[in-house]
Amino acid sequence: MSLFRRRKGAAPSKTPTKDSHTEDEDEKKGKSKGKQNGDDKSAINKKSGSRRCACLDGCFWFVGFICCIWWFLLFLINAIPASIPQYVTEAITGPLPDAPGVKLRKEGLMAKHPVVFVPGIVTGGLELWEGRQCADGLFRKRFWGGSFGELYKRPLCWVEHISLDNETGLDPPGIRVRPVSGLVAADYFAPGYFVWAVLIANLAHIGYEEKTMYMAAYDWRLSFQNTEVRDQTLSRIKSNIELMVATNGGRKVVVIPHSMGVLYFLHFMKWVEAPAPMGGGGGSDWCAKHIKAVMNIGGPFLGVPKVVSGLFSVEARDIAVARAFAPAVLDKDVFGFQTLQHMMWMTRTWDSTMSMIPKGGETIWGGVDWSPEGGFKCNGKKLKSNNTYHQSANGSFVNMENVNYGRIISFGKDVAELHSSQVERVDFRDAVKGNAVANTSRCDVWTEYHELGTEGIRAVADYKMYTAGSILDLLHFVAPKLMARGGAHFSHGIADNLDDPKYEHYKYWSNPLETKLPNAPDMEIYSMYGVGMPTERAYVYKLTPAAECYIPFQIDTSAEGASEHSCLKGGVFSTDGDETVPVLSAGFMCAKAWRGKTRFNPSGIHTYIREYPHAPPANLLEGRGTQSGAHVDIMGNFALIEDIIRVAAGATGEDLGGDRVYSNIFTWSEKINLQL
Amino acid sequence: MVVLLFLYNAMPASFPQYVNKAINGPLHDSPGEKLRKEALQARHPVVFVPGIVTGGLELWEGQHCAEGLFRKRLWGGTFGEVYKRPLCWIEHMSLDNETGLDPCGIRVRPVTGLVAADYFAPGYFVWAVLIANLARIGYEEKTMYMAAYDWRLSFQNTEVRDQTLSQIKSNIELMVATNGGKKAVVIPHSMGVLYFLHFIKWVEAPAPMGGGGGPDWCARHIKAVMNIGGPFLGVPKAIAALFSAEAKDVAVARAIAPGFLDNDIFHIQTLQHVMKMTRTWDSTMSMIPRGGNTIWGGLNWSPEDGHVCRRKREKSNDTHIVSGTGPGSAVSQTKSANYGRIISFGKEVAEAPSSEIERIDFRGAVKGHSVANSTCRDLWTEYHDMGPGGIKAVAEYKIYTAESVLDLLHFVAPKMMARGTSHFSYGIADNLDDPKYQHYKYWSNPLETKLPNAPEMEIFSLYGVGKPTERAYIYKLSPAAECYIPFQIDTSADDEDSCLRDGVYSVDGDETVPVLSSGFMCAKGWRGKTRFNPSGIQTYIREYNHSPPANLLEGRGSQSGAHVDIMGNFALIEDVIRVAAGASGEDLGGDQVYSDIFKWSEKIDLQL
Repeated sequence: MSLFRRRKGAAPSKTPTKDSHTEDEDEKKGKSKGKQNGDDKSAINKKSGSRRCACLDGCFWFVGFICCIWWFLLFLINAIPASIPQYVTEAITGPLPDAPGVKLRKEGLMAKHPVVFVPGIVTGGLELWEGRQCADGLFRKRFWGGSFGELYKRPLCWVEHISLDNETGLDPPGIRVRPVSGLVAADYFAPGYFVWAVLIANLAHIGYEEKTMYMAAYDWRLSFQNTEVRDQTLSRIKSNIELMVATNGGRKVVVIPHSMGVLYFLHFMKWVEAPAPMGGGGGSDWCAKHIKAVMNIGGPFLGVPKVVSGLFSVEARDIAVARAFAPAVLDKDVFGFQTLQHMMWMTRTWDSTMSMIPKGGETIWGGVDWSPEGGFKCNGKKLKSNNTYHQSANGSFVNMENVNYGRIISFGKDVAELHSSQVERVDFRDAVKGNAVANTSRCDVWTEYHELGTEGIRAVADYKMYTAGSILDLLHFVAPKLMARGGAHFSHGIADNLDDPKYEHYKYWSNPLETKLPNAPDMEIYSMYGVGMPTERAYVYKLTPAAECYIPFQIDTSAEGASEHSCLKGGVFSTDGDETVPVLSAGFMCAKAWRGKTRFNPSGIHTYIREYPHAPPANLLEGRGTQSGAHVDIMGNFALIEDIIRVAAGATGEDLGGDRVYSNIFTWSEKINLQL
Repeated sequence: MVVLLFLYNAMPASFPQYVNKAINGPLHDSPGEKLRKEALQARHPVVFVPGIVTGGLELWEGQHCAEGLFRKRLWGGTFGEVYKRPLCWIEHMSLDNETGLDPCGIRVRPVTGLVAADYFAPGYFVWAVLIANLARIGYEEKTMYMAAYDWRLSFQNTEVRDQTLSQIKSNIELMVATNGGKKAVVIPHSMGVLYFLHFIKWVEAPAPMGGGGGPDWCARHIKAVMNIGGPFLGVPKAIAALFSAEAKDVAVARAIAPGFLDNDIFHIQTLQHVMKMTRTWDSTMSMIPRGGNTIWGGLNWSPEDGHVCRRKREKSNDTHIVSGTGPGSAVSQTKSANYGRIISFGKEVAEAPSSEIERIDFRGAVKGHSVANSTCRDLWTEYHDMGPGGIKAVAEYKIYTAESVLDLLHFVAPKMMARGTSHFSYGIADNLDDPKYQHYKYWSNPLETKLPNAPEMEIFSLYGVGKPTERAYIYKLSPAAECYIPFQIDTSADDEDSCLRDGVYSVDGDETVPVLSSGFMCAKGWRGKTRFNPSGIQTYIREYNHSPPANLLEGRGSQSGAHVDIMGNFALIEDVIRVAAGASGEDLGGDQVYSDIFKWSEKIDLQL
């Protein structure tokens, strides 16, 4: 870079002066032809002192300079996926104190139990196996993950390929996008953005390698059972776990699911013991024989409110991560001005998103006037230093601002804050859906909102607030097709009687409130998650000013809390959590519902809660930090990695020190009235 | 300089595929496309078994000098590290000299998944073309499995260290189960052929030595084995590689970086370094010629006697080669190469009748003292233990056939061969029912094992013909220099008529494996019900004539018969796809032969 710049600067000043000619001689070697031409000309024309030539010379230089820079940048871009990311990460993580793997190796820990990683939504790579004309030449290239190059180059083509069929939730005809397999599937999500890589590297320090580590990669767009139907992924995982146990002298595996992978693995545990053909036919003691521990990282056991806004109006950054990656492109006018609709169309074809709709209804998430987290005091500012732990829980809380977390969606800030008796609501369920707002000719993107019509939209807004229970009805109302598909694969209720034979259907398997844990008393279940970050919990919505092809609802970003310490920011009420999953969802099952022998945990599997308070990186060099509690960044948290390595090397939950709690999870769990 | 460095770094990411696409794009319909139009559909799951050197290896644990290379490819890819830290690279690629396993503190492991061997180096495809064509008719990762293994280890050690054989077994079982019981089509290439022979025996042998799959495992799980360029009976090239590290193929690193390795980066000791490295790789010993003089010929005869060499390769791609079929073989026997003499010291020795040659047995020779007081200590080769006495003894024996070559290797590299013989065997079994043949060291030798009891299985041997292939060598003593390898190929030996060029006698084959090695088992040893094939598994020979690419744009050509390039041969790919989609060997049209393989096989006197 600097080389070019220096030359460019030197060139124009050179020609008019005389003595510069001599210093040209030794510089001449590596010069371009254009430069030599320029020199010759300047030598010939020196006497005449023509300024035109100096100008011409400069012009040549300028063009050359631009070309070089452009070319160089092109190279940089091409070079990024290959080499830079790792170097950068290494450069970043290098100067840190001993990595946990190195430290524990010095303590003499050795690889013992095979480990299985279950990645979450969006973090796994997808690649193209068969595509339309527009995707020529992308065979076996990453469509999701990596540099997202194609998203920039051919956005519409990309959206078309990454979407699934709207009716079946499987491949559209002529398109096959498949998950990447192996550890590379999710070690880095994008260049330099690690997911599992740090954990893998640390495990390798104590002797792990590919024969003892397995990435259970699956197509995270599909509903869980469909991964088996289309790709036989569940069978694959079963077979690989059996193989690893067999080749490691019968030592059971430690499973490490992350994010949605937690639900996927819940589904797996039910599937594998269920009889064929619906299940894997492993027999009722498969888990007892093959699994030592399940170490859930940031698990949305009971769903995440973010998904509601994701499905309702595509406003959660996490689900539509692509938006976060390419904000400038997607938010602007690449798709006309219908970006959001395209996004919505795409994400709504992904059945898996529906697995994360809040489960348990009002019993868990709170009703119109109460919520388990009621009285939670938000820290307006994130903790700056990393020396103290998050203390929000310890102080006596002040009820200066009573947040109604139970109202997951409210129309208008005033509605969100009023007592329910003062709010006048009109039931939307019977509302007649009007005619399409516009004759759809001009909206090339289809969204179900067009069928809702003005009447329907008004009815939705008139109901004013929605709890976790009525949210489901709302989604059924605004997106009937989506929810019809979703209802066939997921369930969001609470079982009254777990022995009811209907619960043998696979749609219940990923809901911990409608299934029993396997009969495996020696198994351990951990719930590990970050705390101390504001996490989306409830939303204030408004109607979008009418525009033909727009999504009719959007978060009212003007709604702000009264004080700086308010939990309401930009239309979002937040609570404690890891920025994506609220503590309640990540911790409740292990804190209460599965603790001891309960009807959800008949064999009394031991559960442990391990919380990791968030502390931002001390300086830029630390990258994403070694004490982060954020949903994905926690994968690089040294304390968490150390816990995992210890368990993989043979420790039990007691050896780790049992529970480690910084949040109010136990108090909040107490408030939830669930029959156990 | 900076730009070059960038260019170099940019290579792995983006160039190879674009280049390849640019190259393969303008061609006419690829076989996958063509067969898709014929409505062929993915049916049987396929398993790829890559060969030696084509599979990637990555670092899992290393010495200090390899800092920052965690999970980076040491082998395959751009070989960037060879340039940047050659000695470090050699250290990590070598195995322990005693055990043939990892050296202390170093773990280099095979890359897994299809990426393990789809491209060997940027733009240099191995399996990628086949994979792409299979994908056209509906294959994807759940129906394609790359049985990647660490090709440096002896076959049984891949199970001991990595449990690779168990993994392959489990994956095949899984694929058969998830594809509605449709049996797998296995496609081994090069050394993978031997590896899979070993697997077939392993899987049916009882635990703990074997996989305990039971005697009908193959019958239940394998539809066909389509061996591509299989060195069933070994390759003479392996001898040159082990003897003097001069075969380009085994020490591929040299070929990749010829300007570099041949020059003075390691001072003058490049070859020794490479030799030291390759000699720690047990797998190379799996390819030493098997079957001794019975197969490869003795002092005065060889099955290929009378083969006429074509000095020039065919230029056009419109005609088939006719070397074997016509009257060409009835050539005046004025000067026939003595292929049986795999190593001769001096050209005149190679050509003289055996009665005129005076030989002194080397086996009793006393190994002298070390040539020099090993100042070249940083580089250990076993030659130093031999001393001048031993070296002279070797040279004075003058001629080595396939059998005595083994003795020779035992003599010059006792430690290596001690490791080797505990994992591989090179003989011919007299009585296959002898219980000693249950040991794993015999499993990769088709002449000392029976095929499984699977009458419905089919075995194909697919290979290229029409390329000159190394078959025998003329050696000379190197001018004495302290740290040099004492023998080298006499590149001055040349003969227009008798296939001798640069000290190498060549014969028909795919440039690496002679026709005899890849074809004999399917042409004769296993044909019909024989003692090697008790259940009468059907065998087919499919030869593919080499014709060079018509123009530069074609890249490595779609009609190549070369050992690795054949993986992009359209005719071969079409055959593979048809079988994967359900066809049998008869549907393909049975044998397809251009070489003299049947004639040559006739001459081999092997009890069947």
